[in-house]
Amino acid sequence: MTSAFELILCLMILGTACVALFMRDFLAAVAFFVVFGNLMGLAWLTLGAVNVALAEIAIGAGVTGVLLVLSRSRLLALGEEISCGPAKPWLRLGAAAACSVFTAVLAAAVLSIAPDDGLAPVIDGLMPLIGVENPVTGVLLAFRAYDTLLESFVLLGALVAIWSLAAPAAWPRAPAALRMTDPAALNVAGSFGRLLLPVALVMAAYLVWVGSDDPGGAFQGGTVLAGGFLFAAMGGAIGLPRSDNSALRWSLVAGPLVFLAIGLAGAALGRFLAYPEGTAKALIVTIEYSLALSIGVTLALLVAGPPATTETGL
Amino acid sequence: MTWTDLAVRLLLFLGLFFYAAGTIGLLRFPDAASRLHALTKADNVGLGFVALAAALQWGSVAVAAKIAAVWLFAILAAGTSAQLMARMAKQEDRDGS
Repeated sequence: MTSAFELILCLMILGTACVALFMRDFLAAVAFFVVFGNLMGLAWLTLGAVNVALAEIAIGAGVTGVLLVLSRSRLLALGEEISCGPAKPWLRLGAAAACSVFTAVLAAAVLSIAPDDGLAPVIDGLMPLIGVENPVTGVLLAFRAYDTLLESFVLLGALVAIWSLAAPAAWPRAPAALRMTDPAALNVAGSFGRLLLPVALVMAAYLVWVGSDDPGGAFQGGTVLAGGFLFAAMGGAIGLPRSDNSALRWSLVAGPLVFLAIGLAGAALGRFLAYPEGTAKALIVTIEYSLALSIGVTLALLVAGPPATTETGL
Repeated sequence: MTWTDLAVRLLLFLGLFFYAAGTIGLLRFPDAASRLHALTKADNVGLGFVALAAALQWGSVAVAAKIAAVWLFAILAAGTSAQLMARMAKQEDRDGS
C-alpha cells in the first residue's frame, strides 16, 4: 500500500516536472511548477521530514510561483515577447550531458550516506542541554548555528543585489506597486488581503513558537509572513515602503543583527555562538523571532523587485 | 473494523466522489464560468468530506479544530481565486465581442 502510494507520487513528480519543462505556454508551465513543488512537499512529508516539507511548499511552490507569475506580467508590460524558439542541438546535448552528470553525482552522494550514520544518537544526546525538542531547530540554531547565521546574511545580500539593479533616478523610491489594476479584481483581492494579513501574522508567530518543539521555525514563519504581505500589497491594502524607510531597514537587519550580537556575546563569555547554560532556549526563541521578521520582509521585497520610477500595478 | 473506521471510509469515498465530479466538470464543461462552478462547488464539498474523515481518524478536538481552520482557509482561497478568474474571463468576453 505505502510503496504503491510512493510509486504513484514519484511518477506524478516526474510527470509534472516534465510538463513544466516542455510546456510552451509560460503560465501553464508555472502552474505545473507549483503543482510539482506541492508534490515534492508531499514526498518530504512521506519521508518524515516535516520541516523540509513546510519550507518546500511555502518557498519552493508558493513564493517562487508568485515570483514567476509576477516576472511574466512585468515582462508582458514591457512589451517583451515570452516565447522560446527551438534550441540548438549542441545546446540540448550539452544541457542533457551536464544534467545527467550532475544527477549521477548527486545520486552517488545521497546513496553514499549510510541510513544509520551515527549522527542522530549524538544529537539526541545533546538535545536536553538546549531545552528545545525539535532536533532540526537544535541543529539549525545551536549545533550548526554558523550555517544559519551565514544564510541570513546571504538572504540580505540577495536583496542588496536586487536593489542595486534600480535605475539611478528610481533610488530610493518604493518598488513598482503590486496593486492589481483592474478595479473589480482589486476589490476581491483587497478583501482577501485585508483578511489574510492579520491571520498570516498570527500564523507566523505560531509557526516560530512551535518550531522549538515541533516542525516549524523562522524560515517557515517568515515565508507565511511574506505571503501575507504580498497578498495585502496585491489587494492594495498596504503599499510598498520606500527603500530608505528606517523602520524597513531595521526590520531587514533585525534577524542577522540579533543573531550576530548573541553570537558575539557568546564569544565574550567563551566561544562564538555558544549559549550560556540554561539560557539556550530563550536565546534561540529570541533569534528565531527576529529572524522570522527579517526573512518575511526580505522575501516580500525580493519578490517586489528593485525600486522603480513607474507606478504600474499588475 | 470499528464504526469509526467505517465512517472514515465512507467520508473519504464521498470526498473522492465530489472531487471526481469537480474534475469531470472542469474537463467537460464548455466555458470558464461553468468550469469554475464545477471546481469551486464540488471540490470544496469534496475537501470538506476528506477533512471530516481526517478529523474523525485522529479523534482529537485540537487536531479537528486545526483541520477545520485549514478547510476554512482553503475555501477562502478557492473562492477568492475563482472570483478573480471569473471577473477576468467576463472582461475578456466583453473585450472579445
